[in-house]
Amino acid sequence: MKTPILHYGIDLLVALCVLLWLSACGSVPPQVAQDALRGTGNLGLVIERADGRGQIVDNSTRQSLATVPGLGDLSHASVVFSRDGRYAYVFGRDGGLTKVDLLLARIDKRVMQAGNSIGGAISQDGRLVVAQNYAPGGIKAFDAQTLELLADVPADYGDQGQRSKVVGLADLAGNRFAYALFDAGEIRITDLSDPKHPRTQRFPAGRQPYDALVTPDGRYYIAGLFGEDGLALLDTWQPEQGSRKILSGYGRGQEPLPVFKMPHLRGWAIAGGRAYLPAIGRHEVLVVDTTTWQEVGRIPVKSQPVFVMARPDGRQIWVNFAFPDNGWVQVIDPLTQQVTSTLQPGKAVLHMEFTPKGEQVWISARDDHKVLVLDTATRQVLQELPASSPSGIFFTHRAQRMGF
Amino acid sequence: MFRVFALFALLSILSWTPIQAAEPGLQPSPGRRQALIHMVIQDCGSCHGLTLKGGLGPALLPADLADKDVPGLVATIHQGRPGTAMPPFKSLLSEAEAAWIVEQLRQGFPRDQGERP
Repeated sequence: MKTPILHYGIDLLVALCVLLWLSACGSVPPQVAQDALRGTGNLGLVIERADGRGQIVDNSTRQSLATVPGLGDLSHASVVFSRDGRYAYVFGRDGGLTKVDLLLARIDKRVMQAGNSIGGAISQDGRLVVAQNYAPGGIKAFDAQTLELLADVPADYGDQGQRSKVVGLADLAGNRFAYALFDAGEIRITDLSDPKHPRTQRFPAGRQPYDALVTPDGRYYIAGLFGEDGLALLDTWQPEQGSRKILSGYGRGQEPLPVFKMPHLRGWAIAGGRAYLPAIGRHEVLVVDTTTWQEVGRIPVKSQPVFVMARPDGRQIWVNFAFPDNGWVQVIDPLTQQVTSTLQPGKAVLHMEFTPKGEQVWISARDDHKVLVLDTATRQVLQELPASSPSGIFFTHRAQRMGF
Repeated sequence: MFRVFALFALLSILSWTPIQAAEPGLQPSPGRRQALIHMVIQDCGSCHGLTLKGGLGPALLPADLADKDVPGLVATIHQGRPGTAMPPFKSLLSEAEAAWIVEQLRQGFPRDQGERP
């Protein structure tokens, strides 16, 4: 582990004594205070997935600040942040849930909460961290401070005690959580406002929901379906109206192309009153009007899209692709609905993350063992940071967004 | 489900014959082997886990595969499993390479040494 960013305890005590001594002398060098304190709004975590490590990065200085090892199997790692932006909750494939202190650059707490996990979410009030699990299938809620287990909600279905893999977990208003059941073809909303007494509503989704998103306002929950052409939409303001299908039959009966990696859905799909969604088994981005939920276009792209992400201002849509075309990234102009740039930033691009206001995008190139920082206006590489098999890049501004 | 599996097994044996006929001991070259190992760990690992303990796809450790039919496993890799998330890899590898991967999985999969030598 490299030097922690901020030593509390003894170091802080020493700093305080120095400060007092200096102020007694009447001169306080400004760098003392600057070195000892910092905010977290420009910090993030880069997952080094093959080594079970995270690099803490600063997206203003574009530097790696520290490395935190011991995060377990990060085959499919995902991260949410405490609302103060100090702690990162890392969900590992092996069921590990690790609370990482970004300032002290160390593990604050870690629990093994399941056999096989896929990700998690944090509640509206920031008090609950919820994991979504494949085995045993279901969700579990933890106290965000202590990681004490507060609720265990199995994703049971059928009459033989089956439990479904859970995907697409998203936080909703009122400490509710929406999620989808891959094996059971359902959407569920669990109200965890009283974690001791979770209440769950069930809605039909369609065949094999693989991931889902909630719109940035927290209203609509959309589950992508692997087993059929279409997506399931639920208005969480009016759940009594039930779920419905959108983009049904977008494959137009054509034989689907092989999908070598499941796409990922999040609220970044929404920009300018439209949703930009990866097609399954088609090399297209589907465009939907978010008031009528009708298809308004489809954009041919290089390969099977994985992440289709609008820059925070919505002016560009960045797309990366499934293996074996994961060396490519394309940029779509939402005004013309056409690809305007085709880039090859590195080998095996697994993830992209925009800086809070989107002037830069950080891209992980797994097989080049580096993270690239690109200027989103010029597409020029501004910085390369070494990282061992980097996968997910997560910046703390997610803490302030619903569905992240 | 078994019938589908059996059909694939049969198809796989039928379509396999010419490749098999080339050389029984025909193995991927060392460089190709390394690329295949990297692919299985890193890209198949997206669904099956980097440690092959499973995820959206099932676990692929020797104990998980011990009682599975080998031609069926080869066919699963090469031609996919309709109705599941398992895609066909025939555009990316030969049937002999799929057979080599199955052999390695059943023995305990080698460590990933990177994309290429």
